[in-house]
Amino acid sequence: MHRIIQLATTLGLLGLSHLALAADAVGATEKQATNWHAIIMFCIFVAMTMGITYWAASRTKSTSDFYTAGGGITGFQNGLAIAGDYMSAATLLGLTAMVYMQGYDGYIYMLCFFAGWPIILFLMAERLRNLGKFTFSDITAYRLDQGKVRTMAAISSLTVVCFYLIAQMVGAGQLIKLLFGLDYNVAIFAVGLLMMVYVTFGGMVATTWVQIIKACMLLFGGTLVMFLAFSQFDFSFSNLLEKATAVHKLGDKLMSPGSLLADPITAISLGLGLMFGTAGLPHILMRFFTVSDAKEARKSVLYASGFVAYFFNVIFLMGLCGILIVGQNPEFFEGGVVGGKLIGGGNMVAMHLANAVGGNMLLGFLAAVAFATILAVVSGLALAGASAISHDIYARVIKKGQASEASEIRVSRIATICLGFVAIVLGIAFEKQNIAFMVGLAFGVAAAANFPVLILSMYWKGLTTRGALWGGYGGLVSAVLFVVFSKSVWVDVLGNAAPLFPYTQPALFAMPLAFLLAFIFSKSDSSVRAGKEIEAFEDQYVRAQTGFGASGAAKH
Amino acid sequence: MSSAMYERMRANPKFLELVSRRERFAWTLAAIVLTMFYGFVMVVAFSPASLGQPIAEGSMVTVGVAVELFMFIFFWVLTALYVRRANTEFDAMTQEIVKEAWKENK
Repeated sequence: MHRIIQLATTLGLLGLSHLALAADAVGATEKQATNWHAIIMFCIFVAMTMGITYWAASRTKSTSDFYTAGGGITGFQNGLAIAGDYMSAATLLGLTAMVYMQGYDGYIYMLCFFAGWPIILFLMAERLRNLGKFTFSDITAYRLDQGKVRTMAAISSLTVVCFYLIAQMVGAGQLIKLLFGLDYNVAIFAVGLLMMVYVTFGGMVATTWVQIIKACMLLFGGTLVMFLAFSQFDFSFSNLLEKATAVHKLGDKLMSPGSLLADPITAISLGLGLMFGTAGLPHILMRFFTVSDAKEARKSVLYASGFVAYFFNVIFLMGLCGILIVGQNPEFFEGGVVGGKLIGGGNMVAMHLANAVGGNMLLGFLAAVAFATILAVVSGLALAGASAISHDIYARVIKKGQASEASEIRVSRIATICLGFVAIVLGIAFEKQNIAFMVGLAFGVAAAANFPVLILSMYWKGLTTRGALWGGYGGLVSAVLFVVFSKSVWVDVLGNAAPLFPYTQPALFAMPLAFLLAFIFSKSDSSVRAGKEIEAFEDQYVRAQTGFGASGAAKH
Repeated sequence: MSSAMYERMRANPKFLELVSRRERFAWTLAAIVLTMFYGFVMVVAFSPASLGQPIAEGSMVTVGVAVELFMFIFFWVLTALYVRRANTEFDAMTQEIVKEAWKENK
């Protein structure tokens, strides 16, 4: 049972919930000896980001500063921040471990994570920027009933944020226990409290800069480890492959697709979920509003996808080098048995590799990067959740747009602190739970509840309030139910004998359902208001295409 | 006021031109990415062995690795192409359309 929880934790971080059976890719998280190098370097990171938060706090006066850094982030900076949001600690540790264990399968996963970005650019980026202001509900509610549609969007945003937060918090506690040798609860409180400070005082300015610094550290650290490791093979890829294939237990199969994606339905559903889930994650969507115009929004995606693609390939090389440098060195195995259990568990491949090629300093640096990464992602999530509460629910639904800026910011700060405590409580409550399904659920809800309504509101004239509500709530409920009835909850958590729903990935089923409901209930809506909403599409369409009237662009 | 602006922009033939050019370009690129990506997923699901072949006799590099590396690079090149054309040609057209709508406004 213990082992399953640990597996689940790590996989949950990865968002690859259906892999929970693909056993050995991950291992145990045991408390390690206190790692002072890592703690000192992490303290330097915290000191730096606190300085930035202090500076950011003096610049965070209006709601626009708080939610979107006043729209003053450049495309390059935002690209780094988006890449930072996307490259979590799990990417570094989990995917390196997956390549180490499964070879080519890990590389396939990386492509699945990457392929959504071009689509987001081609079909969504400029419309998002041209129509949105603070949250993506600004877009879905643009011509529809503000109160009802925003409430719906806020509920599904918060659902996504909470599931994602649980996965990140539990993962954070486990990883920090592993990397720093700190107690689980201490780690959870540290992450929760630091996140509250960043977001409450520094808003989006601080959150973005924390993310940028962390992205640079991650890119630098990963590249350095890869460079040092790869140099041992004279930078020859075929040399590396030859040696790795010779010693790996998969042998010649190392560079072929393995068993992870053998089932076509799961493969397609995962592909859909990752691709369109990304396009429905509130903390990612929010980043499109932090730049000045559509031009910068497009550049953000260009830089972000460049960094992500580069980093995935670095990780691929790290994993392959790990097979030889870590996998053949008895020092890294418990009891010194090569091929046995890695010290600290399967997820430690990247860390052991850093240790092997760069000693304790590099190990400490990479561990600090992993902690910083979790902190930055959690801050982004908290800000996205807080803005759904303050901007959508408080300012637009409760106060009907009459809230003063000062009171709106106050509400979002209170919301951040509440979310911080919720995250701490959930993190502690779920410590021993199987949370593998959490990120899967977050992506599933994002793909099924947020994405269909968002894309329809931008592309389909005929969408009405009634259709949007049915599509949004339908997608939300069905995605949650599909996951609850699937093996990862119904069998693994609730202990039933057989799953009611045979697949672990909900996207392939819940997404079409959401689209269908939105379509049927829009088409059958013949109310006067529906007619007006359809008419209003024309103006929205011109604004989406030209950016005229877009927030932030109105000044010139 | 701004509704009248939108009305004028919509009536501008350049607006239709912009929209059709951009949509055609964006959807073409999206179709390329979706076809290649889901095509690849299908091969992974139905014919994994074909990805395990070496790219050349005696080479350790498999077709799968080469294809994927190509997709990483190619998809990114496509995003660069889109960004370049959108940030120059399409943005210039947009500015013209907005400017003309302002002029008529006076």
